[in-house]
Amino acid sequence: MGFVALLTVFVLAIFVGFEVITKVPPTLHTPLMSGSNAISGITLVGALILAGQPDLPEAVHVISGVAVFFATVNVVGGFVVTDRMLRMFRKKG
Amino acid sequence: MSTQDLRDLAYLVAAVLFIVDLMWMAHPRTAVRGNWAGVFGMAIAIGATILGQPMIWTYVLGGVVLGTLFGWVAAEKVKMTSMPEMVGLFNGFGGAASVLVAAASLVALRSAVTAGTVSADLQTKVATAATALIGSVTFFGSWVAFGKLAEFLAVKWKLRTGQKILKYGFSALVALGGAGYGATAALAEGASATDRAMGAGIVVSALAIAGILLIKKDRFPGIDALKALAAVVAVALCVASVLDPTNELLYWLLVGAAGVLGVLLTISIGGADMPVVIALLNSYSGLAGAATGFVIDNTVLIVSGSLVGASGIILTQIMCKAMNRSMTNVLFGVMGPTSETPDADEVYKTVKATSPEEIAMMLEGVQRVVVVPGYGMAVAQAQHTVRQLAQLLEDKGVNVEYAVHPVAGRMPGHMNVLLAEANVPYEKLREMDDINGEMEQIDVAIVLGANDVVNPVARTDPKSPIAGMPIIDVDKARTVIVVKRSLSPGFAGIPNPLFAAPNCLMFFSDGKKAIQDIIQAVKEAA
Repeated sequence: MGFVALLTVFVLAIFVGFEVITKVPPTLHTPLMSGSNAISGITLVGALILAGQPDLPEAVHVISGVAVFFATVNVVGGFVVTDRMLRMFRKKG
Repeated sequence: MSTQDLRDLAYLVAAVLFIVDLMWMAHPRTAVRGNWAGVFGMAIAIGATILGQPMIWTYVLGGVVLGTLFGWVAAEKVKMTSMPEMVGLFNGFGGAASVLVAAASLVALRSAVTAGTVSADLQTKVATAATALIGSVTFFGSWVAFGKLAEFLAVKWKLRTGQKILKYGFSALVALGGAGYGATAALAEGASATDRAMGAGIVVSALAIAGILLIKKDRFPGIDALKALAAVVAVALCVASVLDPTNELLYWLLVGAAGVLGVLLTISIGGADMPVVIALLNSYSGLAGAATGFVIDNTVLIVSGSLVGASGIILTQIMCKAMNRSMTNVLFGVMGPTSETPDADEVYKTVKATSPEEIAMMLEGVQRVVVVPGYGMAVAQAQHTVRQLAQLLEDKGVNVEYAVHPVAGRMPGHMNVLLAEANVPYEKLREMDDINGEMEQIDVAIVLGANDVVNPVARTDPKSPIAGMPIIDVDKARTVIVVKRSLSPGFAGIPNPLFAAPNCLMFFSDGKKAIQDIIQAVKEAA
């Protein structure tokens, strides 16, 4: 995709983000943060592409392998912790 | 359709699921489902990435297995009171991942450019520099936020062994890794003068980061000048890095300078301002992800990154508004007593202390009680005890509610999570503006470990450092009971005239023990 197309996606997504997040009540702000935190671990996709792609220098694989670790912690930890918190909100809702 | 088209479609589905996740977060009933939508979105994005193409599995599997283990265990073990630290740390990991992905893609690009197969376009150059800057600020800033919340950075007291390992281990790792890499580059045979200078620069930044993390206080002379210097250097290096995009040394030098900036920006921020910082770093980690998306031309990264970026910015704004302060003031200002701060002894002349028995008598026959929790409740882990007291009172027909200030605690919504952990139904949690309108009908307000957020000076004294900050108007309730260890001031460093008000009684004790004593007294009175 061209740069302008990507920039369009970026700007529109920010607006969607503003719209959606404003509706979240303060009670849920902590799970919102840890949940969105897990989503920001999407960098994992980038890390996987580079760590798995053949015919790249070994250094690329090593560096992105470490990135895979960090991003996975972010994703898994973020989702698990959010689920734990949200269950506490729900069980007597 | 080509494989790449299918893959892009899957990314679109993932992006939609992330938006749905955040939409469902708007209500406690749908929020659990929302989180699962996010999980599915992530699974689809990952599946689309690794399927349908030749893969080298060693590093992928290694990273995924170790990361899953570490992330899962940490998330399952963490106490609800330590949630701010945990979220802070995970934020940092996201930032680190972005920095590394951009670095790896830079190395890949260089080898391609050397082979003459491709040349770097402007988008890649700018995005790589942006990722290095934002990602590194996020990572090091988050580490400092984590360290300050877990109370092992910038404190004077003695640390436990685990805290020592974290504190000194991290500093040693940064110093050895950074200085080792920089020195090797600077001393390499045939290194040019510029290479030597950049290598030296990396050594200096690594040592600076490691050193600042060992300082035992929040602020030191010249810290503001240093912040400005680090910011200027980091931006200059960004420009240099755009002009010379395949220079790895320059990239790591930029990461180093941005790291110094991240550490300096966060270390001087006080505990009560942490909600703002955590929200801001959350936003940065998203933006770093989006920037990485521009580096590798990937839409799902851009969409998710900007969603998170937007969410963090909104939360930051909410927090700042709740403290009536601007962002610049939080990041660069120091809140402290002004010259006109009234003398504490004078203000506290008419303070009345009370006992559990007296409180039990007061709670006899009342209709409405409101509990105002603050960070003190988290520290004392008193949420379960508070819930027991509320149950006891509810059994007697009293209506017990909780008034939560937006910045109570150390992250947005911190108190709500703790009370939810103690099985308090969320309908009982009232927002500040909502409860303030009914405060005159409240018989007893129990303030537990909160101070500045109930200080009426914010309404009455325009010269006070917290002037104009929205507060919970407990002073308007018929009776106020403040549970507090001593009359020591809150983060704003000013005395609280509420404590000496005619309708206020002080119960000097540790939060949890105080509530236990009150429960005991209420039971005995019955």
